[in-house]
Amino acid sequence: MCAVRGLTKTYPAVRARRGAPGTPEVRATDDVTLDIRRGEIFGLLGPNGAGKSTLVRQLTGLMRPDRGSVEILGHDIVRHPERAARILAYLGQESTALDELTVSLAAETTGRLRGLDVRRARAERDDVLDELGLAPLAGRPLKKLSGGQRRLACFAAALVGERSLLVLDEPTTGMDPVARRAVWSAVDRRRAERGTTVLLVTHNVIEAETVLDRVAVLDRGRVIACDTPTGLKEQVAGEVRVDLVWRDAAPLHVPEVAALRDRAVESGRLWTLRLGPEEARAVVATVTGGAAFAALDDFTLATPSLEDVYLALGGAVQQGLVKA
Amino acid sequence: MSVVPADVLPGSALAVDEPAAYAAELGPRARLWPSLAAVYRAQLSRARVARIPLLFVATFQSIGIMILMRGVVDDGAEAQAVVAGSSVLVVAFVALNLLAQYFGQLRASGGLDHYATLPVPPAAVVLGAAGAYASFTVPGTVVTAVFGCVLFGLPLAHLWILVAVIPLAGAALAGLGAALGLLAPRPELATLLGQLGMSAALLLGVLPADRMPEVVRFARDLLPSTYGVEAFARTFGPNPDWAFVLGDLAVCGFVGVVSLAVATWAYRRAAVR
Repeated sequence: MCAVRGLTKTYPAVRARRGAPGTPEVRATDDVTLDIRRGEIFGLLGPNGAGKSTLVRQLTGLMRPDRGSVEILGHDIVRHPERAARILAYLGQESTALDELTVSLAAETTGRLRGLDVRRARAERDDVLDELGLAPLAGRPLKKLSGGQRRLACFAAALVGERSLLVLDEPTTGMDPVARRAVWSAVDRRRAERGTTVLLVTHNVIEAETVLDRVAVLDRGRVIACDTPTGLKEQVAGEVRVDLVWRDAAPLHVPEVAALRDRAVESGRLWTLRLGPEEARAVVATVTGGAAFAALDDFTLATPSLEDVYLALGGAVQQGLVKA
Repeated sequence: MSVVPADVLPGSALAVDEPAAYAAELGPRARLWPSLAAVYRAQLSRARVARIPLLFVATFQSIGIMILMRGVVDDGAEAQAVVAGSSVLVVAFVALNLLAQYFGQLRASGGLDHYATLPVPPAAVVLGAAGAYASFTVPGTVVTAVFGCVLFGLPLAHLWILVAVIPLAGAALAGLGAALGLLAPRPELATLLGQLGMSAALLLGVLPADRMPEVVRFARDLLPSTYGVEAFARTFGPNPDWAFVLGDLAVCGFVGVVSLAVATWAYRRAAVR
């Protein structure tokens, strides 16, 4: 339903000016090729700055690529960017256009601008607000809501005026679990009833693993892997992640611990190790017995997550993904 | 969390490549007038949230200026110029300055993406917002005009001309404000340009023209708000020359059409980068 071929976009270098250092040329998307199928929830996963939003802006007709093609449902979006608005609904990261409207008016206006007449727009608005549990907040301006509620209201606006493709850029940021569940059940209902396709941008690993059918992992503008979350995790199936949290400092006087240091990713008191199952067992035995145990605050053993896949595939950013 | 396997979905074609010639039907396009009405209504509702900057600040400013000028000008033509200038200044403040800031911020923050991903004609977004900002000036302009007439002892008989002055000066200044806001590369520049435009309207519109040097008078002739001020000021006389009033208003209308067209072009340019 959506075919992307060789999509490339380079931001030109910015020359240094007084008070502002220059930035070199950045290739935000680098020869990206993807196929999104009808009815699936397809994810773009990557740390901040990986090029996810730039890619999405090119798919939604908001930005022209330097090279490459985008075809959605048979329409060439690079040549006819204005058609994108009639095929897809886009939820961007910014809500400034809607901030001073009430939840109800934001949804209704968006529906009318999607070509619905007043009566249809109002009926769909009421349905969507009920579905997402926003009806009690309908009369409140978005500006006065909490971050998660505001996000949910923007999501509601994206749903009014049905589209066969939903492009959602980090839709659940700041939402509580109830709101998140509302979002995913609204998405599921549209998939089941109408075969709606969803393109989801996320840097949240847990969300990616639980909701996505397939995921493309982005790093510095390139797609470094594309498969189902399970398929991707099989690539690192032989590994186990061991997280060790020390009370204050790691007991480097214990030779076994000192030997592990080179292989650990340190972040404050937390050491993260990726090991084979046998080795992991040995490490746990070492730190839970003997001299190291006194210095240990907590430890966890876990099967690999998509974050481990990202790192194993050569992802350069160590701290960009969120587990929540 | 997703419980629906993708391959049992209606019309699913997971394993099959869709033929290249197949092109799905597009969703409806939003037509100009209904979407203009929707944008106008939405923008107008913002006055409930941002009441003070949109409705009151400009009025207080203009009333303050008239009180200041009370001791300086005589009761004749100068008083007419001050009252007309202060009233149109409300329009300049809101339609030019605040609208330039609004579009500048919307563009810088990515808020334009919202409209750019909806099938709405650019003219509907620009005209809807410009119309709403021109409407925000109505109460302030009327209050300022009435207060000024009472303060300077001018006749209230021809105040109905505001029915033409506000929309036409509003169109000219809002078009200019929208164009400046959408063309400025940075939001601070949009704010600066809006402020400068309003300061020009203040200095060149409120101060009586015949005391100014030639260069300043030329600048005054270039500013669209001047024609709104002149048209309004002429109606205070005992026998207004309606042909000149109409002529001034026609200039406002012409500038309005041109500047709104430029703003629409600027919107199109700002929306897709």
